[in-house]
Amino acid sequence: MNAPFAPRVVVVGAGPAGLRATEVLAEAGLRPVLIDEAPRSGGQIYRRPPVGAERPATDLYGFEAGKAVALHDLLGRLGDRVDHRSATLVWAIEGRRLSLLGPEGPSVLDFDALVLATGAMDRVLPFPGWTLPGVFTLGAAQIALKAQGVAIGSKVALVGAGPLLPLVTRQYAKAGAEVALSLDATPFLPKLLHGPSMLASPSTLLKGLWYMAANAASGVPQRFGATGLRVEGDGRVEALVWRDGRGRDHRVACDAVGASFGLRSEIQLADLAGCRMEFDELTRQWRPIRTSEGRSTAPDVWLAGDGATIGGADVAELAGTRTALALLADRGIAVDTTRIARLDAALARQRRFRVAVEKAYPFPRALLDGLADDLMLCRCEGVTVGALRAAATTRGADEMNRLKAFTRIGMGRCQGRVCGQAAAEILAATLDRPIAEVGRLRGNPPVKPIPIGAFAGAFATEGERA
Amino acid sequence: MTDASVSPSRPLFRRLVERTGATIRFFIDGRPAEARAGDLLITAILTNRSDLRRFEFADGHRAGFCLMGACQDCWVDLADGRSVRSCSTLVEDGMHVLVDGRVNG
Repeated sequence: MNAPFAPRVVVVGAGPAGLRATEVLAEAGLRPVLIDEAPRSGGQIYRRPPVGAERPATDLYGFEAGKAVALHDLLGRLGDRVDHRSATLVWAIEGRRLSLLGPEGPSVLDFDALVLATGAMDRVLPFPGWTLPGVFTLGAAQIALKAQGVAIGSKVALVGAGPLLPLVTRQYAKAGAEVALSLDATPFLPKLLHGPSMLASPSTLLKGLWYMAANAASGVPQRFGATGLRVEGDGRVEALVWRDGRGRDHRVACDAVGASFGLRSEIQLADLAGCRMEFDELTRQWRPIRTSEGRSTAPDVWLAGDGATIGGADVAELAGTRTALALLADRGIAVDTTRIARLDAALARQRRFRVAVEKAYPFPRALLDGLADDLMLCRCEGVTVGALRAAATTRGADEMNRLKAFTRIGMGRCQGRVCGQAAAEILAATLDRPIAEVGRLRGNPPVKPIPIGAFAGAFATEGERA
Repeated sequence: MTDASVSPSRPLFRRLVERTGATIRFFIDGRPAEARAGDLLITAILTNRSDLRRFEFADGHRAGFCLMGACQDCWVDLADGRSVRSCSTLVEDGMHVLVDGRVNG
């Protein structure tokens, strides 16, 4: 099937978007290279347990089991029409060359076209106690259950600001975990106001409502509009403290907390590929500029899924397919225009739904008000909120990369994935400027830590030179 | 937050799904510990105790954070000199994990 002069198309990310893009490219006979950090395809939301920890799909993915299984089976069905490189990290992009680190060591791979489907991670905000052992992201709480069949604690408090919260709460309660509290950092009212607009995707809305109703029925306390979050404990989590809409503080005993506040796109590779970014006011985050068909501003670099725009797994599947079809058309390969029209209609409907979701779960900016100077902001290296404020007010750190140079915020092992957005919010507030004006941390290779030992073989040994 | 009062011996993670696979025997700071085949190293450690590593920049310990290989909070030292990200590494028979036991701090 592989045409002699077929372009080499590389897809990065084997979640819903990357898998669907791969499917279209493989069926067109291009034999795409699919690169993914995980040993098994599926991405995070449909993450598969390691070998030895498997469980039935209905236990793992509930309502979405059918979708998960279809994606998991996709590479098996395509067989050698895909060059799948699992457990492989893309750690740099220079021009049309990817630097990889996989099980066999380092290598480089040149591409003619690149589809980045890098996914998202939890959006994290700091609060007192957030670095104690036992505080995880909400996504981590879900992964612990899905991938390992464990709860993050014996008595867990879950905190969120998006539709992941009722879902994880439901999954924990159903699996027999004790959920002490399911706490939404956004108020309840916007959910009523924007509920009708969510009818653009009625089944998704109904599932969300069902999770909340099931949680209520199973006796899990669900509260909304929390501020003043604080985790207390001596060396480990002992309690979560929060303030309600009327200003009263509440304390709930627990030994683990899963907390995050929506999602953020993984944009480092798009940055290295030269994609221009834009600030999205609705989600208050930077994202690579992307046309509705998936084209970035960089030639032959395409974007799909949550790594480009937060939309969730269903949108990611649609966008992965749509983007790959656009890539084929761009290469002069015939595509089914009826199929494209159908995808575009579905994506437009999903966009209306997503706008309503974002409005129903507005970014809980108030959580960052009045944070103490001694609060750790960068959890990699222990840099405090006070250090940020001092750099802003006394050293002229007026944008994120300057702030990084002065304070090391964003220079630690996570490369600012965890602290970057909160740092930008706090910097903007300190300077009393709009957040878009303080910019964003530039992506830098390697995008994740790589052991220097992996490159030992890359250096010539004395005496062995030709 | 002081180390003296920490009681890390109580497990953090709680198993909700009992697996029948092989028992994996490994070591934490020289003490024998047990895990199940299919356990990630973070699961293996945190079903035995409440933290993974000492924090290098201040007092206290860490126990991981994102579980998806993004935050880099869960790197642990092994006695053979390697450092591994425990949320993306499977536990293996005979592995020696160093949490507090690192000789040169």
